[in-house]
Amino acid sequence: MVILLINIIALLVLPFLMIGTIKKTKAFWAGRKGVSLLQPFYDFLRLMKKESVYSKTTSWIFKFAPVFNFTTVLFASLFVPLISGQAIINMPFGFIIFSYVLGLGKFFSLIGAMDTGSSFEGMGASREACFSTIVEPAFFILMGSVVALTKVSTFENLKIILENAGIYGYLIILLTAFTLFIMLLIEGCRVPVDDPTTHLELTMIHEVMVLDNSGADLGLISWGSAIKMFLFEALIAALIIPHNFPFWISSLAFLGMIFLISIIIGTVEASIARFRMTHIFEFIFIMSIGALLVLTLVTYRIYGN
Amino acid sequence: MNWIKTENNKKINALEIPTISIEQMRSDLKEMKLRPVGFFGKQEFENVRLYVTLADDKQGKLYISSVLFTPDIKSYNSFTQDISQLHIFEREFYEEFKIEPKNHPWLKPLRKNQDEYPFFTMQGEDVHEVAVGPIHAGVIEPGHFRFMCQGEKVYNLEIMLGYQYKGIEDLFLKNPDNRLAESVCGDSVIAHNMAYSQVMEALSDTKIPERAQIIRRIALELERMAVHIGDMGAIAGDMAYLMGASIFGTTRTLVINTMLEITGSRFGRGLINTGGVNFDIDFEMSDKIRNVLDEVIKIVEKTTKTMLKSSSCISRMERTGTVSTETAYALGAVGMAARSSGINLDSRFDFKDRWYEKCPWEEDFKFTGDVYSRFKLRYKEVKQSARFIDDLLEELKDYEDGLKVPVGNLIRNAFVVSITEGWRGEVVHTAITGANAELIRYKIKDASFNNWYMLAMAVRNNGISDFPLCNKSFNLSYCANDL
Repeated sequence: MVILLINIIALLVLPFLMIGTIKKTKAFWAGRKGVSLLQPFYDFLRLMKKESVYSKTTSWIFKFAPVFNFTTVLFASLFVPLISGQAIINMPFGFIIFSYVLGLGKFFSLIGAMDTGSSFEGMGASREACFSTIVEPAFFILMGSVVALTKVSTFENLKIILENAGIYGYLIILLTAFTLFIMLLIEGCRVPVDDPTTHLELTMIHEVMVLDNSGADLGLISWGSAIKMFLFEALIAALIIPHNFPFWISSLAFLGMIFLISIIIGTVEASIARFRMTHIFEFIFIMSIGALLVLTLVTYRIYGN
Repeated sequence: MNWIKTENNKKINALEIPTISIEQMRSDLKEMKLRPVGFFGKQEFENVRLYVTLADDKQGKLYISSVLFTPDIKSYNSFTQDISQLHIFEREFYEEFKIEPKNHPWLKPLRKNQDEYPFFTMQGEDVHEVAVGPIHAGVIEPGHFRFMCQGEKVYNLEIMLGYQYKGIEDLFLKNPDNRLAESVCGDSVIAHNMAYSQVMEALSDTKIPERAQIIRRIALELERMAVHIGDMGAIAGDMAYLMGASIFGTTRTLVINTMLEITGSRFGRGLINTGGVNFDIDFEMSDKIRNVLDEVIKIVEKTTKTMLKSSSCISRMERTGTVSTETAYALGAVGMAARSSGINLDSRFDFKDRWYEKCPWEEDFKFTGDVYSRFKLRYKEVKQSARFIDDLLEELKDYEDGLKVPVGNLIRNAFVVSITEGWRGEVVHTAITGANAELIRYKIKDASFNNWYMLAMAVRNNGISDFPLCNKSFNLSYCANDL
């Protein structure tokens, strides 16, 4: 019960700190002091207090989409091992539900964006849909391989790769972490795929889809996307932290991993420019190659000898 | 040929400007193959006189002639068909005097009547239209952009401006003032004020002290450095390259703060007055400027090198927004943007200016016409400007002839063209005085006026998401175009 409570608190609080850490890291590299770690949380509170403004051309879908999208992210988070090292729902083939629930949420945010009738939001929706189409197969190739390797079909399987993979263990962990990290950059709309701080509507992907959202709706959307990024960070943390640590060490290690990954994201954002839209696909295919390499190694491990 | 030959900042008698027929004008334009820098009308009772100023950049000379349109002439066969550089000038002339240039390829409103603007449209299932502005995200001026795209690819961009139209040329007739000239365009305060002051000084036969001339040029180069560095930061910012954006941003502040120390304004407002300058640069200040600029150049060099080593930056800039030399020439592009497309135009050197002769453009620039080329050119110009300032500060020691002289009355029936190279390109101010020695026509042409079409050409066949980057690499002015 206590563990469940800790997990839930971690799920709700850490995403803000994660975004705060990324911002702080970027500020550090830019030679600035940067905003406080809690600023994303204050922003969220400010948005929640505000009234939402709706365009006359929108229908109920537009109002429904932010809430629904947030709900799906929360639902998906139930399947991911969090601070305690355990998922709240430990169900076989949870990763399939995880992926498709997130997909459903994304579908609603896409049609919510299309609902405004704005040409920008249509463009953003088509970009986001396009990238997700490529991410999905890579995710299943990756997770399918891990399931085949460990014979465990919950996300807990990420923790026991080393035991099952023998000499290739570290290589598989490295490739999986790399693939998940790029997936995080794409799903979290970070540089070099998308620029979360830009004001240039023609270059945005995720931001342009929520241009018309305001107030509490916008607050929910930003919290939702922070949680979504956090879930991918949690997956990478689960992959790297050994499963046989005692509870308190593994929770500390989890917190450490979240901050470490956030710092890496901030550093990546500070050190490279955003890719040209046509080159982003090449970048996404690198991720698919990572997933395919994992598949190859796993196949070799199972059938090779 | 019936043209009057003159020079930059030289007064001629307006009554001596020859009047030629439309056909004569056409054949002269075709024959002379010079660059138009002025093409504007002036109401003369019921007639309209069209003044045409051509620049011979190789010889540093200007040629002026005019055509008289009596009220019965309602149209003529457009010159644009033969001299494509005149396309934008003829639109302006048509809008002001309603004399129609027939068979003009793109006769659309320029500043007024945006409600009836006939947009270019494309038909087809795949084509979609994106309208941006006039209100944009971020703190920039208003302007409307209409894209015709297939997916992410831009087929055509149409730029509709005029939201800033305020009739500033007519304001000059009512109240000629340096403070008004500074307000033509907020990022070219020095360039426009210098052009205005030179016009007024030539019109009143005032010879200003050499020390003032040097200080004006130092300020002009400081302005160039500040804007170029700021734009390099903005280009980095548009690519989400954080380090470039923040370092160039702070470095620009060092330059404009130097301007603040000299003039009391970060943009150099209040420095130049007709008859001279208001503030001196003493020995101590010279040293200070040198020290700051040394540091600025060091930072700019280091950051640019880091940026141009980053493959992600290069991949964003190279082959983005390319304008070929032929296109730039056909559009009549000027200034920095034209130079980055391989057209060697720089009025600082083309029209003999004794202060710039001593420190000419030395480095070879390999142009490619894309965003990379414009970025690199800015970098070179920043370094060059720093060298100029260094040389000019050295010169300053030898001239102790005061800062300003009283300005005489305007001379009647005079015509003056003044060309100053602002950071964006040439700033052309033309003034005509009447029989009572009052201003009867004031014409401003900023480099933006020529170059907006370059931007439209640059984004063709590029991704629509690269538009902001292309736009920032030109950084054209809305208000200097709309006037």
